[in-house]
Amino acid sequence: MSKGNHRGFLLEGVRKFGAAAIFLVQILGQCVPAFARPRLIAYQVYNTGARSLIIIMLAGLFVGMVLGLQGFTLLQRFGSEDALGSAAAIGLLKELGPVITALLFAGRAGTALTSEIGLMRATDQLVAMEIMAVDPLRYVAAPRFMGGLVAMPLLAAIFNIVGLYGAQLVGVDLMGVDKGSFWSQMQSSLALRDVTEGIVKSVVFGVICSLIAVHEGYHAEPTAAGVGLATTRTVVASSVLTLLLDLILTAAFLNR
Amino acid sequence: MVVAVRDVHYAVDGRPIFTGVDLRARRGRITAIMGPSGTGKTTLLKLITAQIQADRGQVVVFGKELAQLRQSEIYDVRGRMGMLFQNGALLTDMSVFENVAFPVREHTDLPESLIRILVLTKLEAVGLRGAAGLMPSELSGGMARRVALARAIVMDPELLIYDEPFVGLDPISMGVIQRLIKQMNTALGITSIVVSHDVHELASIADDSYLLEAGHVAAGGKPQELLNSELPAVRQFMTGSADGPVRFHYPASDYTTQLLESEAR
Repeated sequence: MSKGNHRGFLLEGVRKFGAAAIFLVQILGQCVPAFARPRLIAYQVYNTGARSLIIIMLAGLFVGMVLGLQGFTLLQRFGSEDALGSAAAIGLLKELGPVITALLFAGRAGTALTSEIGLMRATDQLVAMEIMAVDPLRYVAAPRFMGGLVAMPLLAAIFNIVGLYGAQLVGVDLMGVDKGSFWSQMQSSLALRDVTEGIVKSVVFGVICSLIAVHEGYHAEPTAAGVGLATTRTVVASSVLTLLLDLILTAAFLNR
Repeated sequence: MVVAVRDVHYAVDGRPIFTGVDLRARRGRITAIMGPSGTGKTTLLKLITAQIQADRGQVVVFGKELAQLRQSEIYDVRGRMGMLFQNGALLTDMSVFENVAFPVREHTDLPESLIRILVLTKLEAVGLRGAAGLMPSELSGGMARRVALARAIVMDPELLIYDEPFVGLDPISMGVIQRLIKQMNTALGITSIVVSHDVHELASIADDSYLLEAGHVAAGGKPQELLNSELPAVRQFMTGSADGPVRFHYPASDYTTQLLESEAR
């Protein structure tokens, strides 16, 4: 890549980041007025949250079971399989819960949001609202953003709970780790800051994934190909940013 | 004067769409804006509804120059107008009833019983009271446009804008929409702007008419005056002739040369 191309790529990146930041400020400005219609927000929590429950719970169960298997095999080498509970809990609460939930959220709810808003743009529904003196940022974008923001930490919490159950299913019921040790080790080794780290991550990922999904849909080119492209961009940008922010947040929490 | 467009210039990516458009829509009258496809009729509506801004010139609606207004003031102006979109632009996740009720719920605190009466009255006016429970996906194109019309008039606007209201309609629906536009105007005194290229449908209902061509108003006056005009561009459009000053073909290289070129390859 030539120097000019580098510069163009960088400028485009800065421009997109700036556009998304301005959009975030605009949405935040509409969040308070959007509370005048709480049913819209509640519906979006249901739309993005409740409708993603099955995939989140299934993924949580499988990830928890894999953690139970891998953790048990590893810890057994050191004769400390009783620590399986704490290993699984720390892995889930601090890392896997928020990250995998965010990736699944981007794929399930994020794409649905982008294509829905993109199609509203393509079929003139957003313009029609503007002409009816209804701000689509307040009526369409803000409730969907807030719905995702509320749903994401709740989904991560459910992922964690089901994941822990999966780890116990494999570790305790299948591999024979003592049930008392499994839970008591977990209780004694987990600190509040571990839980906080997971919550902070899931809130940050919730903001990022919801913002990208709504932003891409709202600014999608009003054609079939444009909406398709915006949906793809939602998944790619959400996933990459989630993983990058996870690295930054993990480092930040280590330094505290 | 409800709408006044004065010496408006507008270009997209350096390509001029308007090069000095002047027209006005007078209170309580139906103003027709006609012109061949691609002359910027829909763009003109976007300028009047403040979706885009003119590069030069003034667009004045209800006595206010749109370029000078803040976003909240633009919403105030829009609150006094209604617009019928070419495709209806109904909100697809709501029923017909909810679509018509949408602006009322958003802008007023009327009790549910009053909203119901208001919506049913407007749906009855467009002959679709029986379709109140249907979803937009269950409607034909003509029905969707009539629902959109009910939605556009539910807040009793002072100005109604119609974007190509006759496109793709069967003769019955076309006649119904034509009568409705006239009724809205005579019964409710609504000022109307109708953008279309259906010359004869428009001529029968419009009070004033303008013909857009090549970025400006080629002719203006009563529909009958336009129909009888001797100006070549106006004559060509009114009679639907391919020969005349209005180009039918998009600019291209020489036809024979291009055909022979592709053969050589």
